[in-house]
Amino acid sequence: MSQSPDSGAARAKGCGVALQNVTLGYDGHPAVHHLSGDFPAGSMTAICGPNGAGKSTLARALAGALKPIGGAILREGLPARAIAYLPQAAEIDRTFPMDVFDMVVSGARVGLFGALGARVRESAERALAAVGLQGFERRPIGALSGGQTQRMLFARLMMQDARFLVLDEPFAAVDERTTADLTALLERWRGEGRTIVAVLHDLAEVRAHFRRTLLLARECVAWGPTSDVLTADNLARARRMSEAFDESAAACERAA
Amino acid sequence: MHDLFIAPFADFAFMRRALVGAVALSLSGAPLGVFLILRRMSLSGDAMAHAILPGAAIGYLVAGLSLPAMTIGGLAAGLVVAFGAGLAARATSLREDASLAAFYLVSLALGVTLVSLRGSNIDLLHVLFGNVLALDDSALMLLSAIASLTLLALALLYRPLVLDTVDPAFLATTTRAGSATQIAFLGVLVLNLVAGFHALGTLMSVGLMMLPAASARLWARRLETTLALAALFAVLAAYIGLVASYRLATPSGPSIVLAAGAIYFLSLIFGASGGALRHFAPRRHLEA
Repeated sequence: MSQSPDSGAARAKGCGVALQNVTLGYDGHPAVHHLSGDFPAGSMTAICGPNGAGKSTLARALAGALKPIGGAILREGLPARAIAYLPQAAEIDRTFPMDVFDMVVSGARVGLFGALGARVRESAERALAAVGLQGFERRPIGALSGGQTQRMLFARLMMQDARFLVLDEPFAAVDERTTADLTALLERWRGEGRTIVAVLHDLAEVRAHFRRTLLLARECVAWGPTSDVLTADNLARARRMSEAFDESAAACERAA
Repeated sequence: MHDLFIAPFADFAFMRRALVGAVALSLSGAPLGVFLILRRMSLSGDAMAHAILPGAAIGYLVAGLSLPAMTIGGLAAGLVVAFGAGLAARATSLREDASLAAFYLVSLALGVTLVSLRGSNIDLLHVLFGNVLALDDSALMLLSAIASLTLLALALLYRPLVLDTVDPAFLATTTRAGSATQIAFLGVLVLNLVAGFHALGTLMSVGLMMLPAASARLWARRLETTLALAALFAVLAAYIGLVASYRLATPSGPSIVLAAGAIYFLSLIFGASGGALRHFAPRRHLEA
């Protein structure tokens, strides 16, 4: 965190993501309602909120895996391949006979038929070293612990060399040491001018490492510098605002 | 030894043809079987094999025991069931396995009915169990062409197929190749089942696909080794099955599948990667 917050942004100018009155949902029921704001290029934003607040839904939409049912998500200068998404509890078949190196290298941007040259292999080795998994290249993926699996997935993220990264609860089931290591990686990536958005539960972690926070409770409670957002007042409001889907809800007036 | 293992093939052209046909089937079918197992579609292969029957039966009704007619009919029926079941799974609340089961049971009944409409019981037996000892030149050409095409397709599809199996969500966020890969895989599967149908019949053709694949999974840890081993086991089963069928005067198709079954049961017990002996008498663990 030695760099000024703007140095990375300057390098990655025009690669942030902006939301314009975005409504997201399933079967017409909104999970996220009329959200506007932006994730500036080169920033690191945490998305916080109670369960059912629509955090994962927003993450999917930011990654392009879910179309908004209203409003628009503007990704200027960001082609789909420049966006990387780490879903919550990635659905990896851990019984598949594949080793860690192959898994990591599958993130390489060489297309489906491109050759995996020496350069790609070297960068995969570097990615493995960066996440602390050197020596694990030939381990089967099924032999890794939960924390090691998450490290492997971070190495694969690194291979994707994305400018906009969306991570959904990346530290949900990993210990403090792994969380600290992987957070350091996130900060390194931000320093390289990448834009990072992460769904997180641990408010202490957010306060310590994320300058910007979006507090979500199906609607925006607060969005801005973390110290202004994570106040006792806002958190209490977020808890009150998160309620269950209303099956008989009328059509939204604001949608018109 | 020569009398037992070589003479049948040296003396009789039909045995040589049977061996060539079965080896072609083994080389392409067994690697497909490995992917079926890894994709948790072990029973889908069986279901699809049955689904081919009504198509082949219609071809038979139109043109008798004719290779092209039954091939085209079988291909058409297999593709209709594969994509029909996929469509039903996406468009209704039934899951894909339920739809597939429904589609293939109806197909099998329809196929048997159609064949019985015109043919004799002998014809029905031919369709259900095939006749690897009666492969003619054009059938051999067909089997070899399908095997070559399958190996080419697998080489081309390898990366997307592996990624779509191990982490489909990741493949979906990085490319749009997921569904195209799935469709191509199903297409190749149907092709192989049609090939297998000519040699081993609808009921037996999946045996040479799944049994060696399951056996190989019990020995190998890496995917590349599993694929090669599966093909090797299938070739071995084809050879042993043909020799046994010649010596013991047993039907050839079931003999081949029984040989594959013997390899499977041996692997279940002795398999180095997941066999029963390993399970009950594990190796001493390593230091780290």
